[in-house]
Amino acid sequence: MKNEDIVICRCSDVTLADLYELFEQGYDNFEELKRIARVGMGPCQGNTCAKMIQWEIAKYFDRPLEACAIKNIRPFTMGVKLQAIKEAAEDED
Amino acid sequence: MRTRADYVIVGGGISGAAIAYNLAKKGETDIVVIEKSYMTAGATGRCGAGVRQQWGTKMNCTIAKMAIEFFENAEEILDYDGDIEFKQRGYLVVASNKDEDEQFAKNVALQNSLGIPTKHLTPKQAQDIVPHLNTENMTSATFCATDGHLNPFTMTDAYYKAARRLGVKIHTGTSVEDIVVENGRVQAVVTDKGTIKTDVVINAAGGYAKQIGEMAGIDIPVFSQNREILVTEPVEPFQDPMVISFSKNIYCQQVPHGAFIMGRGDDREPGLSTESTWRFLDEMAKTAVGLLPPLGELRVIRQWGGLYNMSPDRQPIISGTDEVQGFYMACGFSGHGFMFAPMTGLLLSELILGEETTVPMDELALSRFDGKDLEAYETSVV
Repeated sequence: MKNEDIVICRCSDVTLADLYELFEQGYDNFEELKRIARVGMGPCQGNTCAKMIQWEIAKYFDRPLEACAIKNIRPFTMGVKLQAIKEAAEDED
Repeated sequence: MRTRADYVIVGGGISGAAIAYNLAKKGETDIVVIEKSYMTAGATGRCGAGVRQQWGTKMNCTIAKMAIEFFENAEEILDYDGDIEFKQRGYLVVASNKDEDEQFAKNVALQNSLGIPTKHLTPKQAQDIVPHLNTENMTSATFCATDGHLNPFTMTDAYYKAARRLGVKIHTGTSVEDIVVENGRVQAVVTDKGTIKTDVVINAAGGYAKQIGEMAGIDIPVFSQNREILVTEPVEPFQDPMVISFSKNIYCQQVPHGAFIMGRGDDREPGLSTESTWRFLDEMAKTAVGLLPPLGELRVIRQWGGLYNMSPDRQPIISGTDEVQGFYMACGFSGHGFMFAPMTGLLLSELILGEETTVPMDELALSRFDGKDLEAYETSVV
């Protein structure tokens, strides 16, 4: 299978070929890749791509896996509608 | 790690990037940028990705307008192969009481006098621009069509790539631990990876500007405050401009990839925390759904915080200081350092090199606070 056909980040449609191109430009960690390619910023919040990207960074730059930091975990763990948050807040008030 | 440089810039956000690029473009290429984390890890990468010219002071309007003119041509000027996503779909600023409406009338007159094409609109006219806007309790609105969205990551990346091509060195993952000053002059910057001798240090440390100032023995009258923000899942485009309200305390835009991002500025204790809170989420949801009801159906997927570095008059401090020769600063942007960055870079490079500055910089000087208790006079801050 060609690297152009291997989708790493489904939310932001980033392929393995895209990733290699960014590695070549010098982006060698998840946080920078996230900012440039939007990996980990979509609805799944990196739950699909983060591990794969960690592996690819380790392989490409020949680093131990544990030396490749994974994404910063931020709330939420799953999407919640603004309306639901509003109603819950009003219930409390 | 270099042991000597003509200039050491502290901070790898957009201000540091723009200063490095402007100095290098003027031929001063022996520059090291020190960033404790990674590119745009601080306030730049956490901001709301909006750029506007609708301000209440002449200085802020003037530099914002010139910054927008730069953004319009930035990809060409910086020869960038990426996309800075500059989309001029306007800012709609909503007034919800008579005082605000009167202030906006003054702001629009000021902005128009400086060539900024802002219009004062009725609620009905505002709704023509944003059909899902709730105009209940709304007095008026102002709209400037040339304000808009800009991607903080790629815009900063564009500056850094251009700066690197000119020879600028960037050290990420490196912390500044001290600034050595002797006989009233900067001598060196001490980092956790080694010491760099230099005559000029530029403090572009954003939320940490005060701490960097203290290392050089300079008391900068700024404080940092956590401002929170959230993003929703991406959806089909249905809102063109950024919608903001100072009295309702909200800014909210749909960015080019489809997500809505929104934030507000709860008054809280100064500090360096960038925590995410339930309180913000509750207030944000109530405000956003109240003003823009269809947004209630959107799922929030992430929230985060970032630091505003506040100055006493809510205008930036782009300045040197008489106390320590060779110490310069670009800080106190009060939440607007991203928007002003092209002018930050240009003006500070002119100041450092002793050139005539593009705009008079008295109102941006650190010395403007000497012995004065300046009231906050830029009120257009969310």
